[in-house]
Amino acid sequence: MLTVQNLTCARGGVPVLAGVSFAVNAGNALILRGPNGVGKTTLLRTLAGLQPAVVGDASYPEDEGAYASHADGIKTALTVTENLKFWAEVHGAPLPESIFETFDLADLRDRLGGTLSAGQKRRLGLARLGVIGRKVLFLDEPTVSLDGFSVKLFADWLQNTHLAAGGVAIIATHIDLGLAAPELDLTPFKAAEGAGGGSDEAFL
Amino acid sequence: MIALLLRDLRLAIRAGGGFGLGLAFFLIVVVLVPFGVGPETELLSRIAPGILWVASLLAALLSLDRIFALDYEDGSLALLATSPLPLEGAAMVKALAHWITTGLPLTLAAPTLGFLLSLAPEAYTYLLISLLIGTPALSMIGTFGAALTVGLRRGGLLLSLLVLPLYVPTLIFGAEAVRRGADGLDPTGALMLMAGITAGSFALLPFATAAVLRINLR
Repeated sequence: MLTVQNLTCARGGVPVLAGVSFAVNAGNALILRGPNGVGKTTLLRTLAGLQPAVVGDASYPEDEGAYASHADGIKTALTVTENLKFWAEVHGAPLPESIFETFDLADLRDRLGGTLSAGQKRRLGLARLGVIGRKVLFLDEPTVSLDGFSVKLFADWLQNTHLAAGGVAIIATHIDLGLAAPELDLTPFKAAEGAGGGSDEAFL
Repeated sequence: MIALLLRDLRLAIRAGGGFGLGLAFFLIVVVLVPFGVGPETELLSRIAPGILWVASLLAALLSLDRIFALDYEDGSLALLATSPLPLEGAAMVKALAHWITTGLPLTLAAPTLGFLLSLAPEAYTYLLISLLIGTPALSMIGTFGAALTVGLRRGGLLLSLLVLPLYVPTLIFGAEAVRRGADGLDPTGALMLMAGITAGSFALLPFATAAVLRINLR
């Protein structure tokens, strides 16, 4: 469902990863590993289409990708329900009632986004993924500030709902999610100094 | 798109400062002028069109930097960029939301303030019409400026410098229409030109805004 071929991606005009290739079939996840700064976030943003690839390409069904990062896009002046409802409407999807149970948000429905704790916000941010109905998820450190119980909730949702329905997830994480998914260490793909030719050089 | 519009309006109302701030600023600037100029009704009524229009420009400018800044900071902008909503549409909706929270209240409040500046009675209709046609252009041009400066620290100041010169044509034709109305001349020409600026900016600037946002999100 997701194919990445010989992808080089750059951050601030400097190539950080080169020659990344992998393929993920429907119903599978891939976990990205690597030390801080190796380019996990850059790779995910490139895959999600937020920045162009220097070389190579990534292909997946159009309008099926969704990106989630540390910034959850939660509005502090809107309630939990209103936040989720907004993203559901933007994506033209219904807001399923079960989502509040799945992410343990049932008691927080009418709380304002600004009054949530960091972990509760994260759960709300992840619940967005369950609302928008996108098949290919690019998750950047999805479990930051989640407690062990919530990590398990999220892993369960990913395994039993998203992947079971034929979705795909590319996850950059440092912890063990408990998913039976292959891991890809990005360290070997680290771009050599001055290699790849950033877009800046092309202009000179 | 309607979801985004409703969300922005709801945020403007709840977070405060959306509806009230620009309007209050407009009121204060206009009220200050008679204090500065002195109680000469003749002089005041002559400069009233210009004062009202300059004050609306400044009031519209006040809330521009928040159009994209908040969405950029909390990550919503990146999420919107990957959503099915085209960024061009989002830009237009943002401008519309800004107009409803700033331009529209200004337009409705302007006649009252015209009275304060002893604006000629014939000019009130044209004051309303010119603001109604002209303020949407202010919002759209401002949205483009806000997209250019999104993510910059203290971008608000730079935004004012970028946007104010672009407001000049709207200001010239807006104030001219009111002045001609006050003098009993035909203001149609000025109004038509201003309508052209508004239509042109809504036709072109959403695309420019979206392109700039894509670059700033990289």
